Amino acid sequence: MKQLITFVRKEFLHVLRDKRTLLILFGMPVVQILLFGFALSTEVKNTKIAVLNQDKTQASADLISKIDANQYFDFERNLKSIHEAEEAFKSGKIKMILVIPADFSHNIVTGKKAQLQLITDGADLNLANQIYNFMSNIIADYYGQQTLKPRLGIQPEIRMLYNPQLKGAPNFVPGVMAFILLIICVLMTAIAIVREKETGTMEVLLVSPMKPYVIILAKAIPYFILSVIILISILILSVSVLDLPIRGNVFLLFAISIIFIITNLLIGIVISILTDTQQTAMLISLIGTMLPTLMLSGFMFPVENMPVPLQMVGNVIPAKWYYEIVKNIMIKGTGLEVIWKHILVLLGMMCVLFIIAVKKFKIRLE
Amino acid sequence: MFRTLSILIKKEFLQIFRNRSILAIIFVMPVVQLVVLPLAANYEIKDIKMAVVDHDNSTFSRELLRKITASGYFKITSYSENYRKAYEEVEKDRADLILEIPNNFEKDLVRENSQKVLIAINAINGTKAGLSASYLAQILQDYNEQVQLKMSPELESTKNSSGLEIIPKFWFNEGYNYRLSLVPGILAFLVTLIGGYLTALNIVSEKETGTIEQINVSPIRKTDFILGKLIPFWILAMTAFSIGLLVTVFVYGIQMQGSLLLLYAFISVYLITILGMGLLVSVYSETQQQAMFVVFFFMMIFVLMSGLFTPTESMTDWAKYIAYLNPVTYGVDGIRLIILKNSGFTDLLPHFTFVTVLGTVVITWAILRYRKTN
Repeated sequence: MKQLITFVRKEFLHVLRDKRTLLILFGMPVVQILLFGFALSTEVKNTKIAVLNQDKTQASADLISKIDANQYFDFERNLKSIHEAEEAFKSGKIKMILVIPADFSHNIVTGKKAQLQLITDGADLNLANQIYNFMSNIIADYYGQQTLKPRLGIQPEIRMLYNPQLKGAPNFVPGVMAFILLIICVLMTAIAIVREKETGTMEVLLVSPMKPYVIILAKAIPYFILSVIILISILILSVSVLDLPIRGNVFLLFAISIIFIITNLLIGIVISILTDTQQTAMLISLIGTMLPTLMLSGFMFPVENMPVPLQMVGNVIPAKWYYEIVKNIMIKGTGLEVIWKHILVLLGMMCVLFIIAVKKFKIRLE
Repeated sequence: MFRTLSILIKKEFLQIFRNRSILAIIFVMPVVQLVVLPLAANYEIKDIKMAVVDHDNSTFSRELLRKITASGYFKITSYSENYRKAYEEVEKDRADLILEIPNNFEKDLVRENSQKVLIAINAINGTKAGLSASYLAQILQDYNEQVQLKMSPELESTKNSSGLEIIPKFWFNEGYNYRLSLVPGILAFLVTLIGGYLTALNIVSEKETGTIEQINVSPIRKTDFILGKLIPFWILAMTAFSIGLLVTVFVYGIQMQGSLLLLYAFISVYLITILGMGLLVSVYSETQQQAMFVVFFFMMIFVLMSGLFTPTESMTDWAKYIAYLNPVTYGVDGIRLIILKNSGFTDLLPHFTFVTVLGTVVITWAILRYRKTN
């Protein structure tokens, strides 16, 4: 035990001496949480659109000013002909064109069927789809007022749960949190151990009277402590600067975060046992953890839309479960009754990784 | 000068080809990622899970529910007796939204032609919530018309001749294909990632292993040294891009609309800039670990703020400036413009200008900053 403490202290000094890495280690989570928390939003605002108005009446002018008053859209320009439309799209300056045909207001007044055309830039289909929907709702509203029909029938009363202002942060911050902890634990540990192998100092350690697992443990503990400090700073930032709630139990969140951190440290250890150079370790970490996590954990894309095999791959990614847990505890305020399954999965992964690490480590030492 | 450079390039290639894992990264990774990732990156909203609280349980309410599920966007995952129970379904992620139909729904609708329904949506993911609300509002609108017709059949005659029809058109993507808008963007990001990482790790790994000392004591000029590092990786990155482009065309069947020459011209310049940035990181770093973290830090920001996954329009003003200073924004947009929209050189002038200026700055910087002595 005494041996371990001395060794951990030595490793810690090692980490602390490298000021630049330390700066990156602490600066990165802070900058990213703030940046993504504030900047990222999937909400559509100020989309630049053009109008091709062939109608030139009060009615069409009213429609245009109604759209202009809306924060979703900014009129970038008036088109003179449909030929200009293609040019406007090709330069990428506008995302949608509203075409008002010449007989538009005439048809409305005389009670005939009026038509409008909405041309969107399908090269970014996600945005196109969203702005098309927003625009058709605005137009439907306008039409309802124009025809002076009392707005009767079923009216929806819409309540946005957990995130009434539809901010991006409640969705992104738990994801960035999972991601940062993953990167720091996996990459730092994997590389720190492999570096010893590469420089040959591992040999020296292994012939010393120190037990091999003590060496590994001593390497992992400083990163564990750093991760916990980073976790605390991320949580403080999210609550104080980004106004995110922690509606559930903070201690539960903390306990699970520690399980997640240990799981990731174990992934780093397993990678370092299996590889011999820093480059290979980095590339494996990069391909094996970073990209799949970003893509498959549900943080960027809805999991339910993925093909089943990809969903299954997603299920073996620890960050996916952690992300769900953080969203549940922080944003929804739910407790064990909802997330016990997720916790069991994480614990299971932790045990499996531990067994692999122990077994592989022995083999590599023979 | 040219002789020194060509010897350096040859040496670099020999070194690269000796390392199998790097080769695998360059040639296998883009293919695998490009085949797999677009399958995951699908924003299409369908099968929204709905918890229903139907207090009325009448012909009308059942008809409304039928109409909602028939749209294909929604599926009913539970019927609950009250709002509280339905809310639990949302808490347990078994439902994305709650639709509560009040008592006397049918009666009030028939008598007063007016009724409210409550829609409560899990809005942690704002996009999904906004779209669900908007789909549901449209379905309700349709249903209203249908009910009105049922109650006053004399409107039937005017129904088909009046009203407002919105005709949607998705230009450049008539087939409404999500892959089309994602694959070119992901390709741009992949070559950025590969190029950036490889060059960032390169000089610093020589520093770590000590081989850089030998170059430093030889009479090689700094410019030759940096170009000798840049050119081989540029060739590799261009190869990776070409493989990715083949996947784009042959696996996804995405037709190349614009000029291949313009595309290659743009990617050439773009990659030189990205590689230059990688070299700059490498020149500044002391260890591979540092270099990798710095690249990782910037890559995260670059990709998330490039407009590939979330629209740049919706960012706050200061964040937009970051997006405008982000080379990946131009890379992703440029590739999309050329491949999907057949945009010409003049349309891409801002892209070319930004990338060229940035590239010149970072490469000059890397050459000036590179010290042959420690």
